[in-house]
Amino acid sequence: MPNKKNYTNGLPDPSELKEEILKKYPRKVAKKRAKAMIVNDPSEGQEIMANVRTIPGIITQRGCTYAGCKGVVLGPTRDIINITHGPIGCGFYSWLTRRNQTKPAEGEDNYMPYAFSTDMQDENIVFGGEQKLKTAIREAFEIFKPSAISIFSTCPVGLIGDDVHAVAREMKAELGINIFGFSCEGYRGVSQSAGHHIANNGIFKHVVGNTDRERTGKFQVNLMGEYNIGGDAFEIERIFEECGITLLSTYSGNSTVESFAYSHTADLNMVMCHRSINYIAEMMEEKYGVPWIKVNFIGAESTAKSLRKLADYFGDDELKAKVEEVIEREMAKVKKVAEEVKPKVEGKLAMMFVGGSRAHHYQDLFKELGIRTVSAGYEFAHRDDYEGREVIPNIKIDADTRNIEDLEVTKDEEHFRDDLVTKKAKLEKEGYTFKDYQGMMPEMSKNALVVDDVNHWETEKLIEFYKPDIFCAGIKEKYVVQKYGVPLKQLHSYDYGGPYAAFGGAVNFYKEMERMLATNIWKLVDAPWKHEPEIVGSISIEA
Amino acid sequence: MKNTNGNTILNSPPLEGRGAAVLNSSPLGRSGGAVSTQNACKLCSPLGASVAYKGFEGCVPLIHGSQGCATYIRRYLISHYKEPIDIASSNFTEDSTIFGGDRNFKIAAQNIINQYKPQIIGISTTCLSETIGDDITLFLHELKSEDFDGNVEFVVASTPSYQGTHIDGFHEAVAAVVRKFAKKGNTGNHINLFPGFISTEDIRLLKEIVADFGIETAILPDYSESLDNPVWDTYKRIPEGGTTMEEVERSGSAKASIEFGTVLNLGKLSGRVKNQNLTKTAAQYLEKEMDVPLVRLPMPIGITQTDRFFEELEKLTGKKTTEKYTKQRGRLVDAYVDAHKYVFGKKAVVYGEEDFVVGMCAFLDEIGIEIVLAASGGESGLLEKEILKHCPENGEKITVREGFDFESIREWSITNKPDILVGHSKGYYIARELEIPIVRVGFPIHDRIGGQRIKHLGYAGTQELFDKIVNTLIEYKQDSSPVGYKYM
Ligand code: SF4
Ligand code: SF4
Repeated sequence: MPNKKNYTNGLPDPSELKEEILKKYPRKVAKKRAKAMIVNDPSEGQEIMANVRTIPGIITQRGCTYAGCKGVVLGPTRDIINITHGPIGCGFYSWLTRRNQTKPAEGEDNYMPYAFSTDMQDENIVFGGEQKLKTAIREAFEIFKPSAISIFSTCPVGLIGDDVHAVAREMKAELGINIFGFSCEGYRGVSQSAGHHIANNGIFKHVVGNTDRERTGKFQVNLMGEYNIGGDAFEIERIFEECGITLLSTYSGNSTVESFAYSHTADLNMVMCHRSINYIAEMMEEKYGVPWIKVNFIGAESTAKSLRKLADYFGDDELKAKVEEVIEREMAKVKKVAEEVKPKVEGKLAMMFVGGSRAHHYQDLFKELGIRTVSAGYEFAHRDDYEGREVIPNIKIDADTRNIEDLEVTKDEEHFRDDLVTKKAKLEKEGYTFKDYQGMMPEMSKNALVVDDVNHWETEKLIEFYKPDIFCAGIKEKYVVQKYGVPLKQLHSYDYGGPYAAFGGAVNFYKEMERMLATNIWKLVDAPWKHEPEIVGSISIEA
Repeated sequence: MKNTNGNTILNSPPLEGRGAAVLNSSPLGRSGGAVSTQNACKLCSPLGASVAYKGFEGCVPLIHGSQGCATYIRRYLISHYKEPIDIASSNFTEDSTIFGGDRNFKIAAQNIINQYKPQIIGISTTCLSETIGDDITLFLHELKSEDFDGNVEFVVASTPSYQGTHIDGFHEAVAAVVRKFAKKGNTGNHINLFPGFISTEDIRLLKEIVADFGIETAILPDYSESLDNPVWDTYKRIPEGGTTMEEVERSGSAKASIEFGTVLNLGKLSGRVKNQNLTKTAAQYLEKEMDVPLVRLPMPIGITQTDRFFEELEKLTGKKTTEKYTKQRGRLVDAYVDAHKYVFGKKAVVYGEEDFVVGMCAFLDEIGIEIVLAASGGESGLLEKEILKHCPENGEKITVREGFDFESIREWSITNKPDILVGHSKGYYIARELEIPIVRVGFPIHDRIGGQRIKHLGYAGTQELFDKIVNTLIEYKQDSSPVGYKYM
């Protein structure tokens, strides 16, 4: 198919499109949405409005605080029993719906296939559900004898005033295992992001530092914000192993509570998804002196860059040599496939609206194939994920943010790693950067349209304007977008595909793009604008 | 590990590990009635209500509560129907839980109107809004007296999930629509058909049948188009299709209502437990308030139950069943005979929503499959009685369990060793562990294409279902045979 859109001289100014979109909204809504849509200019420090409440009645991609706390952060951890305290729906809908994979060793616990719920009924709402919760905990313990149990509160629980933390303490004393609760009622925050923060706090408070571990490798690290969708973590683990890097714990793909407990003994934290997990990285540094760096293992080039950064941190020549060797070998395989695929897909246009980091990370993968990202945005990120961490001090603290506890963290004198603090200072002097997340916007092209918390209406207009060749989002958007004759790649669940991380993942993704962009099915759809010349911005709106 | 076809599975599934093994020796028989729920076999009420609302023309569902419920429910429905499904939420904040959700509700309503210009906004409540005690009727009253821009009807279904399941929500929403719009009038020649929560293909099958009988029929709700769209030329914000307003109005003057399902939302745990005076289903309401006679039948799966449906249609139309259907029926009987030896005496576990389980059991009982367990997450208190009534062959041998979850089904199956599972996708893990086949029916089907198009009803639907069950059993035998015969 000839590519009708010629953006070789840069992307068109989408300001008119933005106006068209806003016209449909009531005045107040339009004012709010205007700030969440930025015509990107990387040469300027632009401000975007993010992490604010979705306007009622506007169909959002976002989930709830509970979903973020249970589903995202602790859901992929296999040796803990997660009990949802609430009516049945919340627990049912979060039952194994994210495609996180896990690989327990022979005889090891794996409770991920289970959805435990207190399944509250009328009488529990009226008279309180604490007794039922206790029974549920005892039952789960009786059957499985897990080493840890956590409790997740859903909306009604907060309202009727069940004290899940008191129940947790009582049960912990009674059963003698680690039990802790989360006040992660769905309404508490703007999106699942609030739940991530609550989960970070809970894990840090109740798990991290519980056990120590003898050093087993020269280079001990944690990987944070990697959830092992489609086996991503397995691919990253493979690379680490070949480089001789010891991965203590991943938060939280292919993870265990057991490994969280000793993760403070690492020499470095590597943060993938900054949004969901930076809190633990920050707290670990304060308490134990373990520094963190931002990495990205989506995209072959990014993977190489991240590995080199890691090797530079340790400064060990043998490690550096090993890393280079692995990169060279893997890159040869990657390049071979890239060379085959790139000519077929180069110049195509992509849009991605997903997550709190993926919409950024996947731009790297697309770039490797010469596919341009014309518009992107996150579902639940904050300003720092768009603009970079330096804006954090300027982010307005609203009621929703205040709602989430900021843990008081104090230095752990016994375990504090003064050696790492010295190392960090030295490296910084040499120009090495820590905590260095620049955000999505500086890396996007001029005139790309950045949209936070995109909704259905906006999606429609974006597609009409840009006529993308591929759209990345999740299952909820998939069939809307495909009705337009535009293929949608799910970046939450990978449509049963993956892994897409690191080198092997890049190869998979290239092939996937070849398959999706070259298929003939879409020609059958015959979308109305397919034969028209480029849209010039006169899109009529039935207002 | 082998999969259900006997092929070795290479990717280690997330099912291994001690968690899975321990239960075998569980000291606490879950079947003995554990208090907590592990892997539930039911969904929550607003999901059912939203499906029902989608079956009325121009209706946009709104779930009144926090946004998570709507997002989760959308994701669940979209994964099954593989269609765009817009369900709005009033996006509660912490403040709404303290001061009530009226402000958010009104904003939501206004925004839905601006974006969709719907004919109806179909509201369902959530556990949260019900616990707070939000009075939506009052909000609506206020909304209309304020400067409110839009010409739209509102329907409200009370659907807290701590009372009942998604099926209660479904029936509640249908009843809410009918209560609101049905008009009493001179009895016409048309009928109402309340099919319950069935597949989109089932609805199309039913439409064909009533059309062939030449009787004007309103199917309530009819989401056969709106939840199973063709590819579009231009995007439609509200998909076409659905029972029209006019049809709903005329339901009050119909000659009769046919209602599939005998459990419905009549059970002890349904939301109306506190107010026994309220009619429960839409058809009941029409009977009581508008004198529309009610014929209640089990889901027409299998010959016996389908015969009853056709008999009723003959009675209502005064016409004979046409050759098209007598032949369909004949072929089905013929197939029963041909395949008898492959199914007879096979042991099945059936699970899902209650009316569906009743219908499925009646059919399996009819073809000589022994149902070892009939289970549902619903707790109507009616399931056992209904199964006994509709399974004349071996009904008394069936273990019936209400309020069961998948872990209980799993434990039970480990002990009682069924040959086959019949139910929706969520039981797959049990089939996988037991290395037995599963025939996917009902809702939700998340691990296959075309779940919404599975046929279950009528002679034609039963035929497909029957072939599928038989072939699944044959395939299993074939796959596990050392020879691999290509001839039977
Ligand atoms: S709170 Fe109630 S309505 Fe919402 S998802 Fe949970 S069970 Fe369903
Ligand atoms: S009730 Fe609350 S916690 Fe449960 S799904 Fe809805 S928003 Fe999330």
